[in-house]
Formats: sequence, structure tokens, C-alpha cells
Amino acid sequence: MFGSFDFGILLANAPFLWNGMLLTLQLTALAVTGGLLLGVVLAVLRLSPIKPLAWVVEAYVNFLRSMPLILVIFWFYTLVPKLIGRPVSGFYSVLIAFVMFEAAYYSEIIRAGISSVRRGQISAAMALGLTKMQSMRYVILPQAVRNMVPVLLTQSIVMLQDTSLVYVVGLRDFLTSADIVASRDNRPTELYMFVAIVFLVICFSASRLANQLRRRYSL
Amino acid sequence: MGSYNWNWPILLKEPYFGWIVSGFGKTILIAVFAWAIAFPLGSAIGIARTADNRALRLAGTVYVDIFRNIPLLVQMFLWYFVVPELLPADWGRWVKRDMPYPQFITAVACLGLYTASRVGEQVRSGIEAIPRGQRDAGLAMGLTPTQVYRYVLIPVAYRTIIPPLTSDFLGVFKNSSLALTIGVLELTSQARQIEEYTFAAFEAFTVATVLYCLVTGLVIVIMRIVESRTRIAGTIAVGAQ
Repeated sequence: MFGSFDFGILLANAPFLWNGMLLTLQLTALAVTGGLLLGVVLAVLRLSPIKPLAWVVEAYVNFLRSMPLILVIFWFYTLVPKLIGRPVSGFYSVLIAFVMFEAAYYSEIIRAGISSVRRGQISAAMALGLTKMQSMRYVILPQAVRNMVPVLLTQSIVMLQDTSLVYVVGLRDFLTSADIVASRDNRPTELYMFVAIVFLVICFSASRLANQLRRRYSL
Repeated sequence: MGSYNWNWPILLKEPYFGWIVSGFGKTILIAVFAWAIAFPLGSAIGIARTADNRALRLAGTVYVDIFRNIPLLVQMFLWYFVVPELLPADWGRWVKRDMPYPQFITAVACLGLYTASRVGEQVRSGIEAIPRGQRDAGLAMGLTPTQVYRYVLIPVAYRTIIPPLTSDFLGVFKNSSLALTIGVLELTSQARQIEEYTFAAFEAFTVATVLYCLVTGLVIVIMRIVESRTRIAGTIAVGAQ
């Protein structure tokens, strides 16, 4: 069944596919960075003593988490140019969609990490005379971070896989580039298998790393 | 946004109203059928990963590693474009020419097999969370390994993993939108189609969003009731989300 498998097509289109891969990596890196930053802000707001603020953030997080990512992409792809009032490159619209979407998931992980620190630790820090900021900085966060880093890494692997959904708006990421070659040269088997194997290798290695981190650093 | 002309009534006009209804129906059907594959298969995988037999454990691990580490959209394309080519010629021809609703069935199979890997992980962690002594006690009482699973491990494990299983079900419900990439006219793709025909983008997307949120909310409420009804006496809720 693999008799007609044509590896040459992969070599012949290597530069084109590599460009797609670069876009995938770029989008992932930017979306992870933006998502983490916004996620930290959301998590802090959600744990804030000002209740209405916490509720608004909770509503935002639950709202985005009940939407399919594809629909979120469509929303922002249409919404961003309208809000700005002029055409915007699809890359930026999609990037904003990913940041807003992933931040909801990251904030839940960060919140769970902070909540996983036992209450006694906070009381002990207070009893020692540390200020709120100091107990956050020296007692809570060092423990929380160790618990949440493996989960954040796992979520970022999911995010890398999710970037393939930009296919729906025709952005030329790795999968879309492969798809273009596949339909032009009528070689779906080679191209899709290649994409699957590349993702499998990257994501499998990264998830092994996440497991190791969990075993070594989690409390 | 000041220049945007809202046109809500258009959603009630035909054919757009019918598109929303049929898209919503397909979304629900895909999710339910895919879950009907994912739940039993995922249970088998989760149990296999906790079995004493090494080969079974390895098979479960390999399944989970493969299905979780390839993007779902790539899996969708593999099932739709590649697998029919790799099948024996007769089968491939049947899949391509004679199989009814090819896109719908492919989407269901793809989502079901993918979600099974997630369910498998939940079932495994549910079983592993049970203290080893329970299994040993069951075996010491003369139960066979199958009976230990049937009467000791599974009844406890499934009740503790109701919250993560709920979010996996919601996951397959949301992921059903990926079926649009192979041409299934489910809710998200109908919203997109209404946008293309009427330019009423925000109205169409809003309706889709509201429907997704409603179902999600409804499922969460129902599962909270199920969870409290089935709570194991003497435990506190382990609830994830």
C-alpha cells in the first residue's frame, strides 16, 4: 500500500513547507507569550478581593471556554478589522483570537496552581511578619509555579496543535501549506502523513518533558 | 463599529433560520455519536493502562500517545483523505463511493477515536487514584481480577471522574466544529455560511455562540446533579471544573 509513496514530493516542496512551519512556530510562540501574560492578569483579578471584578473575569473565562476555537477564530477574524476600521493582516486577527482564547485556559491553570498552596503556608508567612506582597513573592509563588509549569507546558502543546485551525481562514501555517501542495499535486497521503509525523515527534517529546518536569519539580 | 448595520430579523428568515436549526442538530448528533464511541473505547483503554498485563498496558499507552500528539484537524484529514487510499481496494472504493453520509461518518469516527484517548487518561487516573489496598483486598477475598474491576475499582473510579469526563464531553461537543473542514454543515459552518450570504456576520456568530454556551451550561448543570446524586458517602467533592 506504500508502494507508490513518493518522498520526492516532500523534498521538492521543503522550502515551502518550512515557511509554513515557521509561521506555525511564530504563531505558537507569540500566542503562548501573550496568553500567559493575559492569563496571569486574569488569574490575579479572579483571586482579587473585589468581588465584582472576580465575577467579570470568571464570566469571561467560562464564556470563552464554552466556545469552539474555530468560532473564536471566525469572530476575531471578522471583528478585529471592523474594530480598527481598516483591513488587518489575518495573522494579527488570528493571533489576538489565540491570545484571548488561551488566556482563559492559562488563567485557570495559574489559579489552580496558586490555590494548590496550602492555607497554612500563608498563615505562617503572615505570622512571620511578611507583607502580602512578600508572602506572595517568597512563599506562595515559588510553590505554585512548581505545580503549574508542567500543566502550562501541556497546555502549550495543545496550543501548538490548535494553531493548525488557522486553516479555516487560509493562513499559510504548516498544515495549510501541506494542504496546498497536497491538492495541487494530488498527493494527500504523503503530505498529511508527513504533517502528522512531524507533529507527533514534536508533541510527543514535549509531553515527555512535561512528565519529567512533573515528576521532578511538582510538590 | 458605529457603521455596522445590525440586522437581527434576517436570522428568522428562510433559509437562514433552517440552516441554524439543521446546523445545531448536526452539531449535537456528531457530539453524541462520537461520545458513544469515545466512552466505551476510552474506558477500555483506561482499564488496559492499569492492567497487570504488560502488552495491554503498552497498547493503551501507544494509543493515547498517538492520538493526543497529532492535531485533531490533521487526524480529520488523515481519516478523510488518506485512510480510504490505504484500505484494501474494495473497501476503499466502498468508503469513497457507497458509504452513506461519508463526511458525517468520518467526522464522528475521527472525533470518537480522538476523544477516546482523553477519556482513557481520565479513567486511568481515576483507577490509579484508588488506594492499592482496595485492589489487594478484593484479590485476597478471592475475586478474580475482572471481578475486582467490576465490583471494586470501576464503581469508585467513575464516580470520582465525573467532572473531567464532563469537560471531555464538552470538548467533543466543541470539537465537532472541526467537521466543517471536511464539509459537514454543522453549527459553526452554517454561521459562516450565513455570513457569506447576508454579511450579517455578528448576528450569525452571536446565535452560534449563544447556542454553544446554552448547551455547555445545561450539560454542566445536569452533570452537577448527577455528581451529587452519585457522590460516594464520606468523601468530599473532588470536582475539577
